[in-house]
Amino acid sequence: MTLDPAYLTYPKRAKGMDHDLYPWRSLFDRPPVAWPDGKSVATWMMVSLEWFPILPSDTPFRAPGHMQTAYPDYRHYTARDYGTRVGFYRLLDAFAKVGAKVSVAVNAAIAERYPSIIHDIVAEGHEIIAHSSDMNGTIASGMDEVAERDLIARSLDTLEKVSGTRPRGWHSIARSQSFNTPRLLIEAGVDYMCDWVNDELPYRFHTQAGSLINLPLNHELADRQILVTQQHSIDSYAQQIGDAHDWLTVEAAQFGGRMLPLHLTPYIMGLPYRIGAFERLLADLAMRNGNLFARGDQIVDAAAIS
Amino acid sequence: MREGQADPGLYDFRPYRDRAKIQWPGGKTVAVWVSPNIEFYELDPPANPHRKSWAKPHPDVVGYAHRDYGNRVGHYRLAEVMERHGFKGSVSLSVAMCQHCPEIIDQVNALGWEFFSHGVYNTRYSYGMDEAQERALIEDAIKTVQDATGQAIKGWLAPALTHTPRTLDLIAEYGLTYTCDLYHDDQPGPVHVANGKLISMPYSLEVNDHYGFSVYNMSPRKYADTLISQYDRLAAEGAQSGTVMCIPLHAYLIGQPHRIGPFEEVLRHIAADGRAWITRSGDIADHFMAHDYYAAGRDAARYMVEAR
Repeated sequence: MTLDPAYLTYPKRAKGMDHDLYPWRSLFDRPPVAWPDGKSVATWMMVSLEWFPILPSDTPFRAPGHMQTAYPDYRHYTARDYGTRVGFYRLLDAFAKVGAKVSVAVNAAIAERYPSIIHDIVAEGHEIIAHSSDMNGTIASGMDEVAERDLIARSLDTLEKVSGTRPRGWHSIARSQSFNTPRLLIEAGVDYMCDWVNDELPYRFHTQAGSLINLPLNHELADRQILVTQQHSIDSYAQQIGDAHDWLTVEAAQFGGRMLPLHLTPYIMGLPYRIGAFERLLADLAMRNGNLFARGDQIVDAAAIS
Repeated sequence: MREGQADPGLYDFRPYRDRAKIQWPGGKTVAVWVSPNIEFYELDPPANPHRKSWAKPHPDVVGYAHRDYGNRVGHYRLAEVMERHGFKGSVSLSVAMCQHCPEIIDQVNALGWEFFSHGVYNTRYSYGMDEAQERALIEDAIKTVQDATGQAIKGWLAPALTHTPRTLDLIAEYGLTYTCDLYHDDQPGPVHVANGKLISMPYSLEVNDHYGFSVYNMSPRKYADTLISQYDRLAAEGAQSGTVMCIPLHAYLIGQPHRIGPFEEVLRHIAADGRAWITRSGDIADHFMAHDYYAAGRDAARYMVEAR
């Protein structure tokens, strides 16, 4: 047995990353970020608001949370709809109780089908981030560039038309991109994306077409990861988020503003048996002196990454 | 190893209850070593015919960025809590980190951490290598770490735990003294190699943070409790036997903001207990080679009629 000799050559083995998308830089070696009012930890809540067609697509891949049984999968179609009809409104009420403004990553199909939800989001002061077309709108390498460009444009255009404002941010389904995605987002006028989970503060991401900000949305702290994948209880989730906030508060005193991203899913967090503990968590965070609830665009602007 | 045979012949049978006692320095009962895996995963690695690198088409954004988080964010948290409680790391190193990220290598070298080889990249696997290719990999690791840190590596943990039948013979031939790839014991022990002497160093999959968080799905506090239970038991048994406890870690997992706090309590517990020889893998290997290697062989000789 032998391997192709190229397997033991390392053309990108040099200082820095193995690509030109962003330079390596430790979180602990940056100009300190200052949040408004001298706050320590910006808690950024990001809700994914999604519509799952009962006819799932596997091109390029089937989205997390999508249909699972043979057709017709009433079970998952309706359980996802529960999140949109019921769970999301529980979340909106929970945010209102603590005065938190959040980001909502919205499929364009939600705006087309339920424009009243878009109006509720905007009226309550939350931010809309573009989140593809519907849950068949996944992206990965191998996807035709024209089709990807069109998907991005249709999502932004639809959300702009219904909400009255063009979204500044983008979030891919499952955070999955092709090598073209960051460049296509820049060409579509997007200021920041929420897909790369390699950092805890916004940083600048480069392509041939210019640069944009990546606002890292930690997947390890997502309700899907902790409650569904790892199957922890809601009480454990709340304890883990509280522990994270404690740690970041201490770090902020030495290194400048820190960010705690909470990725939320209406059909996961918006269930009756979970929402009470989630509301208590938000009340706990709201009472902490150093806490700031902030939307993604506010964090990007406050961080002022050059 | 005995290639192609049902029993690979890696080591002799030697039951736990009938062994010469290992006396750790200072009368300590358990040798504790912490092993941060400092790794580099490539964004677009070439394909190995025997194992796929990434689950998704490149770029696997979450897979790659999660690992990169370890070096940009998590590493510094882990190094800080280890230093605060007096733990020097024994680094399982993707040696290309010496080129990509000398800042981290220099930092932990100055802290007195040890480096051993975990291959060039954690996205380049040994499966399918011929002998010349595997020698090139081992020589690369030895030279790269020597040039970057002045350290002669003593140990090996195969890149992404990918081996060939000749790996153990070759690393012994190059003068390495321990392998972290065998999981059959809570004490070091001799490993059969063609030439030279090699021992197995107890590493751990079971209390590895990767298993804790990604296989067993533990909460951060549950993982901390697990490490403390592991420590308490090995410290107690070690009064009769002399045990080793390894805490293998990945900064992209343990360095997360919800996990590092509970983990710090583990280090606080072990440091305060008094029974632990808090040390590095190479120091454990040196001690065992000097005092215990032949005694282990004599123990095994009593069981030679049984399968080896």
